[in-house]
Amino acid sequence: MKTTRRFATSFASACAALAATLAIALLPLTLQAQDSVLEPAELLEPLGASWPSYSGDYTGQRFSSLTQVTPDNVQQLTLAWALRMNDRVREGFTKVGGEGSGDFRIPPPTLKGSILQVDDIIYVTAPDHVWAMDARDGTELWHYFWKTRGGTHIANRGAAIWKDALIFETPDNYLVSLNVRTGEENWHVEIASFELQYFSTMAPLVIGDHVLVGTGNDLDQPGFLQSFDPATGALQWKFYTVPVTADDPALATWPSLDAASHGGGQVWIPGVYDPETGYYIFGTGNPTPGYTGVAREGDNLYTCSLVAIKVSTGELVWHFQTSPHDTHDWDSAQTPILIDGDIDGQPRKLVSTAARNGYFFTVDRITGEHIVTSQYGTTANWALGLRENGSPEPNPAKSATVPGALVSPIEGGVTNWQPPAFNPQLGLFYTHENNGFNVLYLTDTDPRGSMGLGGKRFAVIGFDNAALNAIDYRTGKPKWRHEWAGSRFVGAGLLTTASNLVFTGDGNSNLVALDGADGKLLWHSRIGNISNAPQTWMIDGRQYLVVAVGDTLYAYVMY
Amino acid sequence: MPKESLLKTLPLLFLLTACQPATDTPGVTADTPATSAIPANETPEQQAARLQATFPAQQRPPQDPAKVAMGADIYGVNCRACHGQDLRGGDLGGPNLLRSELVLQDQAGELIGGVVREGRNVPGNTVMPALPLSDSEVQAVAAYIHSVAATARGQGAPPPGTEVPLDIVAGSAASGTELFGQLCSSCHSASGDLAGLATRIPDPETLQNSWVAGRVWNQPVNASDPRRMVTVTVTLDNGERISGRLGRRDDFIVSLTTEAGDYRSFSLQEGSPAVTGLEINDPLARHLELLRELTDDMMHDITAYLVTLK
Repeated sequence: MKTTRRFATSFASACAALAATLAIALLPLTLQAQDSVLEPAELLEPLGASWPSYSGDYTGQRFSSLTQVTPDNVQQLTLAWALRMNDRVREGFTKVGGEGSGDFRIPPPTLKGSILQVDDIIYVTAPDHVWAMDARDGTELWHYFWKTRGGTHIANRGAAIWKDALIFETPDNYLVSLNVRTGEENWHVEIASFELQYFSTMAPLVIGDHVLVGTGNDLDQPGFLQSFDPATGALQWKFYTVPVTADDPALATWPSLDAASHGGGQVWIPGVYDPETGYYIFGTGNPTPGYTGVAREGDNLYTCSLVAIKVSTGELVWHFQTSPHDTHDWDSAQTPILIDGDIDGQPRKLVSTAARNGYFFTVDRITGEHIVTSQYGTTANWALGLRENGSPEPNPAKSATVPGALVSPIEGGVTNWQPPAFNPQLGLFYTHENNGFNVLYLTDTDPRGSMGLGGKRFAVIGFDNAALNAIDYRTGKPKWRHEWAGSRFVGAGLLTTASNLVFTGDGNSNLVALDGADGKLLWHSRIGNISNAPQTWMIDGRQYLVVAVGDTLYAYVMY
Repeated sequence: MPKESLLKTLPLLFLLTACQPATDTPGVTADTPATSAIPANETPEQQAARLQATFPAQQRPPQDPAKVAMGADIYGVNCRACHGQDLRGGDLGGPNLLRSELVLQDQAGELIGGVVREGRNVPGNTVMPALPLSDSEVQAVAAYIHSVAATARGQGAPPPGTEVPLDIVAGSAASGTELFGQLCSSCHSASGDLAGLATRIPDPETLQNSWVAGRVWNQPVNASDPRRMVTVTVTLDNGERISGRLGRRDDFIVSLTTEAGDYRSFSLQEGSPAVTGLEINDPLARHLELLRELTDDMMHDITAYLVTLK
């Protein structure tokens, strides 16, 4: 990608001067030269010098092949630069788009997603904002601002790059394509109804000539994953995660089509892609109404499930439900991880996920056959046990009740959207655990159920412990587990590298490096609580470590 | 149509609800207005609320109160039986209008009007009969429905509606007395520190949250209250022992304030002199342990006992 872009940039500016007279003659050559910031085929490469997609590569492992930073030298990491995006907002934007009036008051930017790095340029997103900046020093190249109609401005998880286009979602449900070099808008299309109160945060994922797009919703609307043509924004297919037609076999797990088609299951975190089968595997959100299951008796497929679909058509291949009939708002939307592993001496193609409900699962990624379920937090008390198929059996008494149910984990779950990581050299799946309790009160006893996330009140009554767990994917048991001293809650994602390092936050305002093999603490830097997952890349032959704390981006470098 | 004649349609509604197919009434036509304009008399407060509102249902400018009142009357007569007093669906099988795709996409009756006047027959759902309402009546009903939807709360929660008082005290006070003796009496006494507890914390839910958490719920904690002060003793490799109130603690640093008021901090990884021992005493640790031991019944029983400590 690198050499092509430099050529293309200088060539493009030369062309611009001649464009008026030579446009027609030069057009085919110009397009060819500009096409290659990032070819879709490059996304198939393992994570290394650049970071071209949400998870860096399609496996979801967040396992970098870079080895310059090691357990022996990690203490020499130096701060190269830090940037407050709030300052960048105050300085104004260079490009603007959007369908809104500009009156809606949006919150200050918080970085809760992945940053892309291609050809030494980084692309940083927050709701309604995209910045292109020099990865060496943070110099801004362009800043695109989207004038919103409104919508839940909770986060933006990042952008995608397809050829010379940068594609991202807006809270008011547009998919926007920009010229990756200039920030000029190519097109925008509406991806979900704003009237139906969808809001969009997901990082789109490019797979070949598809860009996969998810959305969110809290008002009992059906969840779906869509595929758009990355060149034009034309819809290719739409996969609903809950039944919206009477012929859907999953309707057997709902009392009625009305309940099912208002049953949620939003798709708001990118999944993973297996090029050998052409399957896209992703997690789905909670059923709705979230806390009152009374009017949606049944397992509520395909909410809180791992789902595999064919990327070419959007057809369902297999599913595995990680939380049947959830009544706690515990999405299973977390990014799963592809593992080429070994089960009982046999090589297997697997996918693992650590769900918000406190259970870890390993499943055959070709067939969906269940292999492992284990509880990975220390206090989850909502399940009666496991079903024969490996799904936890919910205890109805641990749903919201009028006198209060003492429930663990808390509403946010044992983990949440924060990306886990997997080190294939060690066979370890890294995830955080937040082990706490709340008392969950039912405030709406209406037999029709409540709506959205209404009908309950909860009191977060105690934080037991917060830990980093290195799970053996074959057994679901911890190989090691580090309880963070004095920490109540960790909201950071994870990164691991071929030097067997793990980078994350500790919930005590420290960025921490640990030895991935045994959990030994190696280095820390007290910059504040990490709000995304640490990332790494190479520039000028040096390995960088980049991480966000709220609105501030920190880039460390190894000299 | 005047209100009196609407009443006459009521028996018709019940008749049609049985299974009558929708009649061939024309939909709302030329006189349907576009999205309501922002009224000139919108107050600054109303404008601020509209600009802060997240979604279209709450971003709508306020409707004409007379029109909404008229719509409420028409709704009560024609729609309530099926769609419910609170619009969230009724006993006769009408769907919840507050999350209805058609209602949410309707601007000023143009979609609602079509269904009202043509009826609706969706397989698997109760058949909705056609209702002979005039254009202005349809618009009034739409204005009423949108005015209710505008009061919906965040994260899809329904409008507040009428508060139904719920009694959270469900346990056995007798069993709670016994459990209190086993679990709590080594630190607490009903005639001592907890005397008058239910008078100080009259709301049973707040009381339950408070005793389970070990602090008065939703009140700031006084960290220097000796009954809840977390203390720490640090031992150094030179033999020195320093005790005090715990400040911050992570995997790398511990800080404390001694009784004399001196602030001290110590590196746990590479301190010089090195820290060789760290004892932390949290008087509330037992409350955290209890969370793993309490069943819901035990919690409810203890609460039932504690609410008697007036």
